[in-house]
Amino acid sequence: MSRGQWAKDLAMGVRFAFAGGREGWVRALLTAVGVGLGVALLLLTTAVPNMQSVRHERESARADIDYSYTDLKKSDRTLIVADVDTDFRNEDIRGRALEPEGARAPLPPGLEKFPAVGEMVVSPALKRLLESDGAKLLRERLPERIVGTIGESGLIGSHELAFFRGGDGLAPYIDGARVARIERFGDTSPTETQTDPVLLLLVIVVFVVLLMPVAVFIAAAVRFGGERRDRRLAALRLVGSDSRMTRRIAAGEALAGSVLGLVFGTGFFLIGRQIAGSVEVFDVSVFPSYLNPSPALALLVGLAVPAAAVLVTLFAMRGVVIEPLGVVRTAKPSRRRLWWRLLLPLGGLAMLWPMIGQGRDNGTFNEYLVIGGVLLLLIGVTTLLPWIVEAVVARLGSGGVAWQLAVRRLQLSSGTAARMVNGVAVAVAGAIALQMLFAGVESDYTKQSRYDTQRAQMQVSMSRGSQLDPAVEKFQDTKGVQQVYALAEGYLGERRKDPDMGAEMTVGDCASLRQAAKLPSCRDGDIFYVSNSEYDEDTPKLAKQPGRTLYLDPSYEGGPPRQEIAWTVPKGLKPARTQEDFMGMQRGGFLVTPKALPAAATPALQGQVFLKLDRSVPDAYDRVRNTATAADPLSYPMTWYSTQTADRYATIRTGLFVGAVCVMALIGASLLVSQLEQLRDRKKLLSSLVAFGTRRRTLSLSVLWQTAIPIALGLLLSSVVGLTLGAVLLRMTATPVMVDWTSMLSMTAVGAGIVLAVTLLSLPPLLRLMRPDGLRTE
Amino acid sequence: MTPPPGSLLAAQELRKAYGPTVALDGAEFSIHPGEVVAVMGPSGSGKSTLLHCLAGIVPPDSGSITYNGRELATMSDAQRSALRRSEFGFVFQFGQLVPELTCVENVALPLRLNGTSRKEAEKAALTWMERLEVDDLRKKRPGEVSGGQGQRVAVARALVTNPRVLFADEPTGALDSLNGERVMELLTDAARSTNAAVVLVTHEARVAAYSDREIVVRDGKSRDMERVV
Amino acid sequence: MSIGHTLLGLLESGPRHGYDLKRAFDEKFGHDRPLHYGQVYSTMSRLLKNGLVEVDGIEPGGGPERKRYAITDAGITDVQQWLATPEKPEPYLQSTLYTKVVLALLTRRNAADILDNQRAEHLRMMRILTDRKRKGDLADQLICDHALFHLEADLRWLELTAARLDKLAEVVTK
Repeated sequence: MSRGQWAKDLAMGVRFAFAGGREGWVRALLTAVGVGLGVALLLLTTAVPNMQSVRHERESARADIDYSYTDLKKSDRTLIVADVDTDFRNEDIRGRALEPEGARAPLPPGLEKFPAVGEMVVSPALKRLLESDGAKLLRERLPERIVGTIGESGLIGSHELAFFRGGDGLAPYIDGARVARIERFGDTSPTETQTDPVLLLLVIVVFVVLLMPVAVFIAAAVRFGGERRDRRLAALRLVGSDSRMTRRIAAGEALAGSVLGLVFGTGFFLIGRQIAGSVEVFDVSVFPSYLNPSPALALLVGLAVPAAAVLVTLFAMRGVVIEPLGVVRTAKPSRRRLWWRLLLPLGGLAMLWPMIGQGRDNGTFNEYLVIGGVLLLLIGVTTLLPWIVEAVVARLGSGGVAWQLAVRRLQLSSGTAARMVNGVAVAVAGAIALQMLFAGVESDYTKQSRYDTQRAQMQVSMSRGSQLDPAVEKFQDTKGVQQVYALAEGYLGERRKDPDMGAEMTVGDCASLRQAAKLPSCRDGDIFYVSNSEYDEDTPKLAKQPGRTLYLDPSYEGGPPRQEIAWTVPKGLKPARTQEDFMGMQRGGFLVTPKALPAAATPALQGQVFLKLDRSVPDAYDRVRNTATAADPLSYPMTWYSTQTADRYATIRTGLFVGAVCVMALIGASLLVSQLEQLRDRKKLLSSLVAFGTRRRTLSLSVLWQTAIPIALGLLLSSVVGLTLGAVLLRMTATPVMVDWTSMLSMTAVGAGIVLAVTLLSLPPLLRLMRPDGLRTE
Repeated sequence: MTPPPGSLLAAQELRKAYGPTVALDGAEFSIHPGEVVAVMGPSGSGKSTLLHCLAGIVPPDSGSITYNGRELATMSDAQRSALRRSEFGFVFQFGQLVPELTCVENVALPLRLNGTSRKEAEKAALTWMERLEVDDLRKKRPGEVSGGQGQRVAVARALVTNPRVLFADEPTGALDSLNGERVMELLTDAARSTNAAVVLVTHEARVAAYSDREIVVRDGKSRDMERVV
Repeated sequence: MSIGHTLLGLLESGPRHGYDLKRAFDEKFGHDRPLHYGQVYSTMSRLLKNGLVEVDGIEPGGGPERKRYAITDAGITDVQQWLATPEKPEPYLQSTLYTKVVLALLTRRNAADILDNQRAEHLRMMRILTDRKRKGDLADQLICDHALFHLEADLRWLELTAARLDKLAEVVTK
């Protein structure tokens, strides 16, 4: 067979793919959209590793404060960096104050020159935010003149909020944690930063769950109009093409759809890439340039998708012999066997099982096992469903005529029905599992918050040694603040350096101290010791040694020199009993009222301000943040959430829901096309049924049943598989298993809605077909 | 314009056009109980349209159709459907048996549409299948039986409700002569035994020869061949 | 086939000489069997005797071929009757039926009626045969079937002719 003939046959198939009027186009278009979505998703998937590595590189290139204290001396090559991160509403803003100590101080990536004191350089997103209405409070907090924007190399996402501002007099605050002296940017000891394994799991499952239905859809899409195609091929055989030629022509048809799909997919991907640059998920945004699929993988996608389409077509045509006078199915399809169908989902479970209980803390998940397991479980849906449909439908008994017509039809061709529903079922199963996973992880985070948000909603850490009282006053004057508690905290050791024994020291007025411990009575000037703290054995011992000198803020080997302020254990200590404080902690040590504190101790204490807010006051949080910054530029305000991450996943869950709905709508569209095709093939039958008085209602109902029964079975199966998969994934993340009924019901409802929509949309053509014109033969 | 006395089903001045195509142009028809009337005519002459109008499947553009003294035009679509279910029976050339249902289920279908229970409907269906000598096919699906057998199943289905009028549109069109004649024999015998009227649309003279009377439709006009010249 | 009725029918369109009649007959009906002039002569004298035609005039020169015949009213009635009476359905009727149709067209009578009339007669015969077949044994059935198939062939011819009457009229009366 010459190569030219091959090409000719394929070309003929390509022509057929688009011939056949509107119907042909619709079919080709649906196939192309399906293939296109799959290609776009695949390309995106291949781009993700690249995206992660780019983000990671950027992140480590700008690393500055590395939490390790290095005894770096001031020179003309050093720079002091202070972490002045802040929040505005729910947005994190990365902030750095920069104080170059010489001409050769290192410039952070994305910056051309250091901003002077009173100047700042901001990211484009922050600039937009500052310029927007309603950002007045933020502007008050960041009043510096904007002198430039941070270049892309200094940011890890298009939507990152970040600023650099000029700093002054930061040296005394150097602690390696909030303020550090550095010689260069970049991770000095780059560790393979480990993505949160749960996050990685989520990402993997999201892609698998979205890709699977698309794959199923593609498989179904290339079979669109299969019967009509077989007839066309039979006609071709009649005029002399041999069976190999017909197969090549069929392959050409499938190829045409999938190549068009490749074009679509590339388009979708490019659009999606741009969109990706303008959205933020998980506080993660990317620049479109991050999303470059690796060429090899992209090429693989470009070759694999059309090849798969052709293979599916040829696979579907196995057991079908196209004869000149029609289509012969060689073997009567044997009864479906259960065992190998069960093998797939069980195999999937087996692959996931070893990772159960691994959680966040016990190392990473094996990505291949995760992908394999999830894939097998979802493919299990597609293999189990035909068996279930066949088995159930065969047992469905009597009912009305509509029911009988539908059931009998399903009995005769349960495979077709199941194939059409497969996509929806896989999508629902995956979506349910994912929603469960998200809901579970979400509630997991929520429970981690031990903060008592009834007593206080915000905490401000002041910088060490700053004066607390003026700050407290300012907070009290801030709009929206109902109550201010202030506790200054320090740590006592029995020696100046490397003490063996130690105790906390907490300074505050009586009202504040009462939030931390149960006091018998309290007057300013009193000193208490906590007698019953579970983890504090030293305090009761030290309290019994009045006159002993202890040192506040002792130094430790390898750390920066500390203040080492002497403090004598006084007489007349009152015992206090511990209780859970604002942060849900049981505090030990000495509790000191302001009058009892020697003035010399103040620099060794770090102030913590706890604020009870009137949350009905708009922007109360941001007002507090502004006050904090004004009182102490290095203060660190924190917002307490009882449901810490409540809306963190909301976006992604909504996105997932929308994605699942879109996939299902697409599947619904294909369901409709094949439904209409099937109805048209039965035009004559429908008309004759109408002739002898069949009610339209009966026929409409039978069409409804015909889709509803397999979809109901599909949804049932997908709920079971989805719940199982969800439960396993939750167990893997060591999260208590909770069924997210809302999302399960909503996904199921969407599935049911699709059936209803397909039925409703096929009703007008059905009614039209039921018109007696169908009886006319000539 | 009164129907001929004693007629069960009669039509006068029927006109029907499908777009620009005139299918019926003043056609007349009447049939008495127990009578077999053949409707003949060339292809596209309007004979099938006449049958569809008579059966209340297609409303004519003008003219009157009376069944048992009732004017079909005054009935609602639902009423006409009910009439077709209970009083009329239908046999077509092909494509009328539901391929998914077994033969006996197909035959029982009209009864079930009328609300008869499945069991009873299938019992009655079996009786008729015996009369048409196809009771051994009850468990088979239409795809598994021959054309002649299928057509007999269709006749059984048309007769299962004991219709007053049986409409047969080319009932032997897809059959060879021997099978066709057997179907016609069984059909006319069964109809006569129940005193049902048969409207038989055919283009085959030998099929029409099973009728009592012949009407020829040409260009939408009918001609009763008993009253020529 | 009745030559007498045919010649009478030809005369309906106007008086003709005997020789003209022969030529007209041959042209329209005698494609394979032209009439002998003797046949024309004997037929015309029989018709003359029965008062169905009359001699309209004689050309000088004598001889029967010089006589000009015209149809009488009785003759017209006779043609009418002949055309309206369906032929007994039997094999090989075509030539008679064809002659009747052509004559009807020539004389502007309704040829379709003639065909339909014949058709009804054929179907009547077929009904009788079908009925006999249903009641008879296998031999009866086979014999009846033979007849039925022939009748059916005739009937098809009738249908076909009916469908082509307009064209035939064009050819015949040109």
